[in-house]
Amino acid sequence: MSRYLGRKLLIYLLTFFLAVTIDWLIPRLMPGDPINVMISRLGPRNPQEVQLLREYYLKIFALDVPMWQQYINFWKSVFRGDLGRSTLFFPRPVLDIIKASVPYDILLLLPAILLSWFAGNNFGALAARRRWLDNTVLPLGYILTATPYMWLALLLAWALGIVAGIFPIAGAYSFDLRPHLSWRFIQDLLLHWFLPFLSLFMVMFGGWAIGMRNMIIYELEADYSRYLEALGAPQGLIRRYAFRNALLPQITGLALQLGTIVAGAVATEVVFAYPGIGNLIVQAIQNQDYFLIQGCFLFIILGVLLANLLIDIAYVIVDPRTRLGMTGEAA
Amino acid sequence: MLQVENLTVYYKTLRGYVRALERATFTVADGEIMGLAGESGCGKTTLGHSIIYLRPPMNYIEGRVVLDGQELPIWDMERMREFRYRHVSLIPQYAMNALNPTRKIGKMIAELLESREMNYDEILPELKRRLDLVQLSHDVLKMYPIELSGGMKQRTVMVVSTLLNPSLLIADEITSALDVSTQKAVCEMLVEFRDRGFVKSTIIITHDISILYQIADSILVMYAGQLSEKAPTETIFRDARHPYTQMLIGSLPKVGVRYQEERLRGIPGSPPQLLDPPPGCRFRDRCPVAFDRCVEVPPFLEISPGHFVACWRAY
Repeated sequence: MSRYLGRKLLIYLLTFFLAVTIDWLIPRLMPGDPINVMISRLGPRNPQEVQLLREYYLKIFALDVPMWQQYINFWKSVFRGDLGRSTLFFPRPVLDIIKASVPYDILLLLPAILLSWFAGNNFGALAARRRWLDNTVLPLGYILTATPYMWLALLLAWALGIVAGIFPIAGAYSFDLRPHLSWRFIQDLLLHWFLPFLSLFMVMFGGWAIGMRNMIIYELEADYSRYLEALGAPQGLIRRYAFRNALLPQITGLALQLGTIVAGAVATEVVFAYPGIGNLIVQAIQNQDYFLIQGCFLFIILGVLLANLLIDIAYVIVDPRTRLGMTGEAA
Repeated sequence: MLQVENLTVYYKTLRGYVRALERATFTVADGEIMGLAGESGCGKTTLGHSIIYLRPPMNYIEGRVVLDGQELPIWDMERMREFRYRHVSLIPQYAMNALNPTRKIGKMIAELLESREMNYDEILPELKRRLDLVQLSHDVLKMYPIELSGGMKQRTVMVVSTLLNPSLLIADEITSALDVSTQKAVCEMLVEFRDRGFVKSTIIITHDISILYQIADSILVMYAGQLSEKAPTETIFRDARHPYTQMLIGSLPKVGVRYQEERLRGIPGSPPQLLDPPPGCRFRDRCPVAFDRCVEVPPFLEISPGHFVACWRAY
């Protein structure tokens, strides 16, 4: 067990190192650089001024040293927990900006993922044994999952926001409010939260339901199900076994989804102007903000890897086959 | 005592009915081990399964199955549930994969028994005795199926299937995936189960006639969905009357014959399509002794005590 986890951990560390290196490299391979963007925002009048600003900024962001030096400095500061300052929101530290956005992502994605997983799996299992459900609601699931997400989100915003006028269609709270703890603010927050949540829930629900339905049908046809049936076991027992075994791949799926929470949902956040990490990443890339891009992706990498590690551990507990594979590998 | 009368089961396909089993009539006495032999696709598995587990695409057409004087509602999956396991049980072809991979074996048995309103703790001592009998450690109950070897899984399934002392046990191709020495052990176990009264009648479905020679009391030979011949094992091997049975026995290799000098004989041709089979005896096209009478279906008649045959040449 400890040997298995030790080896897994080593692989994860290696993956982390490589992924973060790529994360550092990729923004620097983009044409142009953040300094130009910053300078053009200030609108200097002559070349000397440009030259002066350029040298000043390069020094502040330590971009005046060779690439390899930058790379080493980058790792040093990562270990100090310093992700640098954003060029876009200069001089705010990247960590502060991310900290301000992450709560919105968790608020939006955690309920959407968990509820859709729970509801989708149960519904899929139900559809696997009710022909009429299978023929009516499931095709709806296929349509929902196959629809381009932006279009679905826009449609929802248009129908429930503009035509029906029930829900606001932009922001995380009204523009005339400041975040604070009051009944009025919470109400306003929930009202803004609902549409993005609903759009995510609908799409993910379809995916989970379809997956579960197919897995259950596969498990019900498996040899162990047929044997139980031949021995006269009631449908209840056979379904219980099938459900449990069909759930295993869904657990993997769930954990992977949870790992991407910190990445936000780019399309949702753009459509509904929701201030999460997804929105942040789009802005950072548009402005070539090396440090903000690096910081956001660092969190995503950490999230995905942690989620994977958790699945590995969870699987050892839920599925005896992995446990045996472990001893087999070690032997 | 199992009595099967006129049992006809078809497979429903998009192109029509596949006539996999037609008018099967035979009995298996208490304590009898009957071998059910024939080549692939002859309907032997259809016959075996239709007695316990008749589900689509299998279609019940007609016939009766009576076990210990009680008719089995084989056409009704739900009503049949009560009879399964307690009265009719199955050792499946896929014994290696028959156990739920994510449940400990003991727990699975407990849940199975409890779902049939029986108490696991009461049956546990007997279960352990039977594990001893097939030389399995009691630890098996605390293990997952994947921790067992193929042979161990097979034995476990044999114990589980016969735990409630069913009147009829159907063993479907249970030796196909095993090596010869394990085959022998498994066969001896079936005889042992019968001798100890765990099961009354047994039907062993196999394409391997030589296995049946060692353990079966009688053999029923099928060809293309119809019964060809049923007789005590000795009679089938010494005095078969149906040309198909004769040729089937003749195609077995014999001890002491060197097949470099003499070619091993087979049966020329292949079985007919069962979607739209030719009328009359279905062996007609491959039969060396066929004559004009063979366009009529030969009845399955008893020509001497316990010896039934369906061939116009034999009566």
